Amino acid sequence: MSSSVLYDVPGPRARSVNVLLAVLFVLVLGGAAWWVLDTMHDEGQLAADKWKPFVTDGRVWTTFLLPGLWATVKAALLAIVIALPLGAVLGIARMSDHSWVRVPAGAVVEFFRAIPVLILMIFANEAYARFTDVEPDNRPLYAVVTALVLYNASVLAEVVRAGVQALPRGQTDAALAVGMRKSQLMLYVLLPQAVTAMLPAILSQLVVIVKDTALGGAVLGYSELMRSAGLINANYANLIASLTVVAVIYIVLNYLITSFAHWLEARIRRGKRTTGAVLTMEPHEQTEAGQPTLPTVKALEPPHDRPGDRPGDQPNDQGQT
Amino acid sequence: MKIRKASALAAAVLALSLTATACGSDDDSGDNGAGSGGGGEEAQTLTIGIKFDQPGLGLKTEDGTFTGFDVDVATYVAKELGVDAENIEFKESPSPERENMLSRGDVDFIVATYSITDERKEKVSFAGPYFLAHQDLLIRADDSVGSVEEINDLTLCSVSGSTSAQNMKENLAPDADLSEFNTYSECLSGLESGVVDALTTDDAILAGYAAQEQYAGKFKLAGLSLSDENYGIGIPKGDTELQADINAALEKMVEDGSWEQFVEKNFGPSGYEYEPAPEITETS
Amino acid sequence: MFDFLDLERYDLFGAFWMTVQLTVFSAIGSLVWGTALVAMRVSPVPVMRAFGTAYVNIIRNIPLTVIIIACAQGLYFTLRVDMGSDDQSTAYFRLAVLGLSAYTATFVCEALRSGINTVPMGQAEAARAMGLSFVQVLWLIVLPQAFRSSVAPLTNVLIALTKNTTVAAAISVAEAALLMKEMIENEAQTLVIGLLFASGFVLLTLPTGLVLGWVAKRVAVKR
Repeated sequence: MSSSVLYDVPGPRARSVNVLLAVLFVLVLGGAAWWVLDTMHDEGQLAADKWKPFVTDGRVWTTFLLPGLWATVKAALLAIVIALPLGAVLGIARMSDHSWVRVPAGAVVEFFRAIPVLILMIFANEAYARFTDVEPDNRPLYAVVTALVLYNASVLAEVVRAGVQALPRGQTDAALAVGMRKSQLMLYVLLPQAVTAMLPAILSQLVVIVKDTALGGAVLGYSELMRSAGLINANYANLIASLTVVAVIYIVLNYLITSFAHWLEARIRRGKRTTGAVLTMEPHEQTEAGQPTLPTVKALEPPHDRPGDRPGDQPNDQGQT
Repeated sequence: MKIRKASALAAAVLALSLTATACGSDDDSGDNGAGSGGGGEEAQTLTIGIKFDQPGLGLKTEDGTFTGFDVDVATYVAKELGVDAENIEFKESPSPERENMLSRGDVDFIVATYSITDERKEKVSFAGPYFLAHQDLLIRADDSVGSVEEINDLTLCSVSGSTSAQNMKENLAPDADLSEFNTYSECLSGLESGVVDALTTDDAILAGYAAQEQYAGKFKLAGLSLSDENYGIGIPKGDTELQADINAALEKMVEDGSWEQFVEKNFGPSGYEYEPAPEITETS
Repeated sequence: MFDFLDLERYDLFGAFWMTVQLTVFSAIGSLVWGTALVAMRVSPVPVMRAFGTAYVNIIRNIPLTVIIIACAQGLYFTLRVDMGSDDQSTAYFRLAVLGLSAYTATFVCEALRSGINTVPMGQAEAARAMGLSFVQVLWLIVLPQAFRSSVAPLTNVLIALTKNTTVAAAISVAEAALLMKEMIENEAQTLVIGLLFASGFVLLTLPTGLVLGWVAKRVAVKR
């Protein structure tokens, strides 16, 4: 249901009411913004020496921000790259016909989805310190990646499961009819198609992972982007400015990942050779330290009713935000 | 045609993820081996643990170099041990990691606001001390705190899990309204705007903040001397040879006036009334 | 095995009670603000629509840690918004609730928006035909149905929120994660402590999921 169904096409009176509302709304927003900026100005938070380093001094970027960004990206990529195969194994195990495989896999998935990533990180860090000889330099990275892998493998296991289950029943029937065994069916027929459908959901999960790395900076002192704000603050006493710059970098990075996910989703949906099924993680499912959620990963039915693919066919805007 | 590319891409991503798992762990263990630069004496290099985020003591600056009192002391000692400044590798040694880093040989020694305590001496040895600090309060320049009892009425800020915070809660001022953040610098803007009355930790650390040019004239130390903290140089347990060498270097540093010069340079602008250089007590 | 668990020294139940309080107040806050956001996003006033979209896309992409710390540093220390509290711990608690609500509201908004999409067009058309205004259509006809079909995704948001409250440890709120950190620093039984806190969260989130899952089935509009 599109939103325009909710109200009539505005007539002259409705239009003037809308204009009035818009003006009031802008006034309130503007007033709040003015108050914030004015108070910040009084507190000296807008002083040039707090913000100038980010513009005039490239070394702030090369010494603090870029290495921090790289540490964030490194941890996020390692986490997703390790979590993906692990999640695939868990997800397939959960669909097994043998209960001695299915039940433990299900328990692992449910357990790690119920625990905050922050708790996993603190625990992993301490466990590495006590029981292994990973050197302190690398330990925060290990702990951050371990916690993110445990959690996200559980999340991705559900994505894989939903992806396989979203495939049309005919795929299974056809494979069995030509005499494939169950392992062949999974490996050669279901998984390859499910992976295509899952790509956008996996990318959405990457956004969650990127945000969660900040926990490692705050709690374990992992030298990622968020912590580089602290180091900049130690030099210039400009925590608010540093936090703002860092937040903008996160927004841009995550926006790029999300846009790529949407582009990919649209592409897959246009495809002729696949079933056209796409898994999207609805945005409300991307939640930091947590996302429980998987069961709502949803499979969009392939557009059977469309007669072939005309070039320029717009994908429907589901999941587009 | 398009689809083929999409599924090829998908397959590639999966394949990549599978192989990259292996690569990923290789990578890490590689770092592991190459990163530990401990015990490089034969090449006349030293790995020294310092703080990276303590203005006035150990701070990583925007050009990637380090400044502060601990850094100056470390550099002086290294020079006396025959290692030039450019051959020193500084490593960050966060407070909870210091004993570990020494016992595993990740660093040769540590100069990082490291108080000498009996508990720590069970795990590591010390040289020095090279500085006597006290727990104190950092307050706004126009405020004053006359006595320990008055602290109970204040709004305090410190770092979670720090000994200063525990000392406040359990002994000095159990009734004070104390909040704990991840770093001391997070307390400063609250102190500046008056939401927080005082930041508590060692006076040397506080002086480092008060001496920062951005906070010039805004903060001062209350001068309460709530505890004695003898800063020593942490060394691997039982390394008496290194201990003697460092102690000799520290004595020379005080005698030739370098100590005074380092203190003035790093704490001078704060008006910090520091103690004279302490006697060396850690000998074998 | 549990001899480290000195309840005099470590207020375990107090810490988890704090987690529950953070969750409940933030859930209410995010539900209210999230509903307001979704109303803006479907409203006839373009400025409000733009604001709603921008808010959701910006806030959702910032790590919660940054938002929570910004609440303490920006709102409390710089703008001196003390949330009507007398002491610091109350102020940090309320700031944490504010930050969690502001963040979680974006997910509530998205859940409700997809809920609105499940309401058949005829419902709103019929309501408009009867002469209801936009606010009436939304509040009396569309949102009640949208809520009923959004219970499942909202449950997921609630569980995520429960786990996200651990981030409040960064601004001195004495909840479970902060206590766990303290205990791990002081006691030797790392594994047991880890399992203890993990099972605490399992106990909080699992029943939530089961109960609300049942509710979701009960209230879902059959179409």
